[in-house]
Amino acid sequence: MGLTLAEKILAKKSGKDQVNAGEIVQARVDVAMSHENGRMVKLSFAKIGVGKVWDPDKIMIIFDHRVPAESERTAIGQKELREFVKAQGIENFYDINVGVCHQILAEEGFSRPGILLVGTDSHTTTAGALGAFATGIGATEMAAVWATGELWLRVPDTLKIVVNGMLPKGVYAKDIILSVIGTIGADGADYRAMEFSGSAISALSIASRMVISNLSMEAGAKTAFVIPDAVTENYVKDIAKGPYEMIVPDADATYLSEHTFDVSDLEPQLACPHQVDNVKPITEVAGAKINQAVIGSCTNGRLEDLAEAARILKGKKVNPEVRLLVVPASWSIYAQALKQGIMETLIDAGAVIVNAGCGPCLGAHQGCLAPGEVAVTSTNRNFQGRMGSAEAFLYLASPATVAASAIEGKLADPRKYLEA
Amino acid sequence: MESLKGKAWIFPDDVNTDVIFPGRYMSVTDAEETPKYLFETVYPDFRTKAKAGDIIVAGKYFGCGSSREQAATAIRYFGIGCVVAESFARIFYRNAINLGLPIAVVPGIGEHVSEGDELEVDLAGGKLTNHTTGKELAFEPLPRFILDLINQGGLIPATRKKLGIE
Ligand code: SF4
Repeated sequence: MGLTLAEKILAKKSGKDQVNAGEIVQARVDVAMSHENGRMVKLSFAKIGVGKVWDPDKIMIIFDHRVPAESERTAIGQKELREFVKAQGIENFYDINVGVCHQILAEEGFSRPGILLVGTDSHTTTAGALGAFATGIGATEMAAVWATGELWLRVPDTLKIVVNGMLPKGVYAKDIILSVIGTIGADGADYRAMEFSGSAISALSIASRMVISNLSMEAGAKTAFVIPDAVTENYVKDIAKGPYEMIVPDADATYLSEHTFDVSDLEPQLACPHQVDNVKPITEVAGAKINQAVIGSCTNGRLEDLAEAARILKGKKVNPEVRLLVVPASWSIYAQALKQGIMETLIDAGAVIVNAGCGPCLGAHQGCLAPGEVAVTSTNRNFQGRMGSAEAFLYLASPATVAASAIEGKLADPRKYLEA
Repeated sequence: MESLKGKAWIFPDDVNTDVIFPGRYMSVTDAEETPKYLFETVYPDFRTKAKAGDIIVAGKYFGCGSSREQAATAIRYFGIGCVVAESFARIFYRNAINLGLPIAVVPGIGEHVSEGDELEVDLAGGKLTNHTTGKELAFEPLPRFILDLINQGGLIPATRKKLGIE
């Protein structure tokens, strides 16, 4: 009987020949990532009382959620962590001027095929786009990882998601994954792995594959793989921080279920308030008035996203009743977008460019909404209260849909801006 | 572990971690302080009315959303005796176990419990008794490994033991 990608990686990491879905294993960790919440990990780590971390080179810490510090409290937390990484000899430390954790894990070669990567952030699944078993864990278990280098994991069942067809113009990875979540539901993959394959997936860039793995978390996925291929290897081979292995699932692996999609006729999709699986095509919701538009985050703040938004906004103006916020996912993306004139186009259109980081995505310090306001955003969560007021309304969409909506001041179809 | 007894507090499906512990308090990292903000936005009365030992009874997918551990920490440090749900979101489920917060997955629970009912949960035996109605529900007990972790008070004491730190 064949094995899924999750079973193969977890067998390897727990030193066994074979493990099957449902088993609990103790697995060795290759990369352990934390952001500002590393402060909580540090507190739990102190309670364990072992003194030194198990392997400073396998720990990565980055500041991205509240950068620059928005309060004294955050500043104190960041200061303590800076001291901690020094004392522990953790060299993979990234301060406030680098970007969002999931993007930096990829850019800096931490995310790579066949490894076990854990992070104290739910969207750690993003690294599955590069073939890693990547999953979000809590601060206490991260403290145990810092102390021992291992953690318990229940080997998940896997959903096989096959996506075929050619994406129409104006339709992107974001629309694919929103439509998948709309179909399987916000808990459709709870405690399960997802394996994405099919011609539409193979054709995606690494940046777009990261959108798929990132948003899969919103279907509950424990981990979400895009099966690694030549595109993956090409991306990681020169930047990999450590060994990797091109592990793929067996052809006769056993899946909990299989779902096939064809995207040839897919329309731009939106997740409507307040549930990520409340997914509707743009043609059903176009026209709803918006106050804020956000392009960015670990979901859709990469160069191709900013470029596509700029293509739509070129020579146009953001509607005077809308605030358009643009948040590059990393400083290197920011710099490239500057060099390529993308930022100039966005600024000319009236966008506010925010420093690379999480920014408005978590409603902590930038771009908060007032009660009754409506935002369309390229981020990954539209829960009540996610971007400020609990009485605000959030629509999730592709950067192109956000850009088109920013021009019109209401939810708008990006396809008409991409003709000719 | 002895049976857990307490009064039921009913919650709907899909209670996410933003509802349990709002994102704006994420910089609160001291475990003892977290209960101050428990359910603040959507159920502001809970904190004043519920008591230590009470039992949270929820629908499906309790604890979905952000991985913030404060959601489980706030419930645990408030003193809630057990969280019983139709199902849990994965990270919340792990956080609860690793913090030593007793949890139970009891399919159909919503139909058999009303707010304020007196409940008794036998985690190891897989039995939930509603003393108010007399109804008994069986559920699949958690794996031994996980029960042991909860019994030891969570992952920190368990890791200390494993590393021989006393
Ligand atoms: S950008 Fe948003 S979803 Fe991504 S890590 Fe930051 S807060 Fe989380």
